[in-house]
Amino acid sequence: MRLLLKGGRIVDPSQNLDTIGNLLIKNGKIAGIGQVESGDLKPEQVEDVTSKVVVPGLIDMHVHFREPGFEYKEDITTGSYAAAAGGFTAVACMPNTNPVADTRSVIEFILCRADEVGLVKVYPIGALTKEMKGEEMAEIGDMLEGGAVAFSDDAFPLQNSGLMRRVMDYCAMLNTPVITHCEDLSLSDEGLMNEGITSTILGLKGIPREAEEIMVARNIMLARLTNCKLHIAHVSTRGSVELIRHAKETGINITCETCPQYFSLTEEAVRRYDTNAKINPPLRTADDVAAIKEGLADGTIDVIATDHAPHAIEEKETEFAIAPSGMVGLETAVGLVITELVKPGELSLANAFMKMTAAPARILGLDAGTLEIGKPANITVIDPEAEWIVDPSKFHSRSKNTPLKGKKLVGLPVLTIVDGKIIARNQEVIA
Amino acid sequence: MALKRKDILGLEEITREEIELILQTALSMKEILSRPIKKVPALRGRSIVTLFYEPSTRTRTSFEIAAKIMSADTSSIAPSTSSVVKGESLKDTILTLRAMRPDVFVIRHQASGAPHFVASLIPESVINAGDGMHEHPTQGLLDMMTILEKKGKLEGLTVAIVGDILHSRVARSNMWGLTKMGAKVRFVGPKTLIPPEANRLPVEVYTNIEEGLKDVDVINVLRIQLERMKKGLFPSLREYTHFFGITKKRLKLAKDDVIVLHPGPMNRGVEIMPDVADCEISMVTTQVTNGVAVRMALLYLLLGGTGDALAS
Repeated sequence: MRLLLKGGRIVDPSQNLDTIGNLLIKNGKIAGIGQVESGDLKPEQVEDVTSKVVVPGLIDMHVHFREPGFEYKEDITTGSYAAAAGGFTAVACMPNTNPVADTRSVIEFILCRADEVGLVKVYPIGALTKEMKGEEMAEIGDMLEGGAVAFSDDAFPLQNSGLMRRVMDYCAMLNTPVITHCEDLSLSDEGLMNEGITSTILGLKGIPREAEEIMVARNIMLARLTNCKLHIAHVSTRGSVELIRHAKETGINITCETCPQYFSLTEEAVRRYDTNAKINPPLRTADDVAAIKEGLADGTIDVIATDHAPHAIEEKETEFAIAPSGMVGLETAVGLVITELVKPGELSLANAFMKMTAAPARILGLDAGTLEIGKPANITVIDPEAEWIVDPSKFHSRSKNTPLKGKKLVGLPVLTIVDGKIIARNQEVIA
Repeated sequence: MALKRKDILGLEEITREEIELILQTALSMKEILSRPIKKVPALRGRSIVTLFYEPSTRTRTSFEIAAKIMSADTSSIAPSTSSVVKGESLKDTILTLRAMRPDVFVIRHQASGAPHFVASLIPESVINAGDGMHEHPTQGLLDMMTILEKKGKLEGLTVAIVGDILHSRVARSNMWGLTKMGAKVRFVGPKTLIPPEANRLPVEVYTNIEEGLKDVDVINVLRIQLERMKKGLFPSLREYTHFFGITKKRLKLAKDDVIVLHPGPMNRGVEIMPDVADCEISMVTTQVTNGVAVRMALLYLLLGGTGDALAS
């Protein structure tokens, strides 16, 4: 099987490559870049990608696919479809399933299901503690052998610093990253949105930025103590960016991610009690959005992930206080990155897509995120000028919870290629 | 002039002209309450549902009396004895009730924004009878009506709202309503009961009661809940009373013709001393009466009435 992508702008941050040319795929691997010609290829194996951008297959290192246990929100099939339609060739899914992904058997189940679906690569993240209760360490080593790529208790962050220190010590021994949702639960205290003038006006209990920042600071200190590979999830505040910047300057082994919602939306999205805008960490202020963009630009923030968090319609069509937190993100990420970061000149195209390719691959230790010759042909082709309107009814995700309905975006994934096979075209999945 | 909005969800979004219309109509309605036969046919054939997810005596009764005086039919739903206890969602409860063709829903809910959610679901009118820590617009209107009756104006007055501002929907509705009408509003209370970034609201914030009451025209005292103390927001009721309780002595800091409001129910001896609660400048029972008039006005205006007074 040979496939030629013809005439595109090939941007591969892993190789510092930004060139116009052809890209040849042979037997699922990247076979050539530059002036390779179609030669004896059959016409149907040539894709004209003139004026399009060819990047390594996008990697989302923070999604929730909800299987096993919450398949009514999303399962590995629908999640994989959403990923493919959104231009992602690989995802790492969080362990807050039911049962929790805290044993090798659940990790292997996820890998098995993903293999059956056969669309995008699905990498399970194992739980740090049994049932994510924050009490006893889970069998991290066994899960690692079974295929887990990192460990996290995600939305159930460890409050006990002593236990956190021990799991970080253990993960440091295994040289595997610990991903932390940073939240001091005693400070967030069942808050519903960012604490500030808007929460005061709306009468919704607020979550202060410090609930995130105190835990970012604690975890940085524990990373210094343990030399664990610490990855901080979905950074949302100026203070967190500053803490991480300082930690990096002092040589601490730390990386972090943010999500498109944190550089695209502010707490104003909650103004009409839109439960689709209820997320955790909550949407913050314009100043925080500016800080996130600065952190992305100067390299403090390594990764753009989506925190794709599907919830069923009936769960979100309710009082704000009892709606679950989270929004879907796989199918809007590319559009938001180009609309909010690349087009306004906040980030170069290469810098933006490094954070969705090479950087997550490096952090998770994946053989991916590059267009190097001989590597698996996982590729995303993007039309950076395509304008489109977000229509959740067209999402492939089983859930439609997004506050972005009706928003005009620029930038669309037009081809998603996994192991040399086109799996999605113009946001439609080719099963 | 008639109200142009479908719902009454809060005083933040209502214009000064609308508030004036509601208050003028309420003053007309109050006359009906003084008649020996308190019944007019203005809303005959109309159906009003009150749906209270929180316990309430005065607000629900006030709405029901208001509706009945104008000949509307009322149905009172208590979620604790309804399908809600079987797990029915708010959406399904509303859609079920809506199918019975009421004209107005009056909703109290412990979750801020719940009436907004309901209003987005249905074409019928929704009146917010108190939502979480957000707003209590009819309380704000009846407070304004009470002040207007006693002072003859709202413009230029200074109103101190004292107590648990953080959790108070009354404080928020008063703030929006009074400032739109040209009054100055002060929030007075311990720092732990003042909302975040209150200094960005159209109010002055005081954590010293003596300073906060100085030269004010109106003191609106809020209820202190024991539960707040248990959550560590202040050390004890005794200490709260010592530093923030409204006493006769503290009344002297205000203007000579100060009036005292309280949305009730009162904790006598905690946020307000009994001799203040029962003195001639206390407007507590007047507020309750005005509450009926305000609710009559709102039901009347929402169901197509104009601001013209009803014929005797």
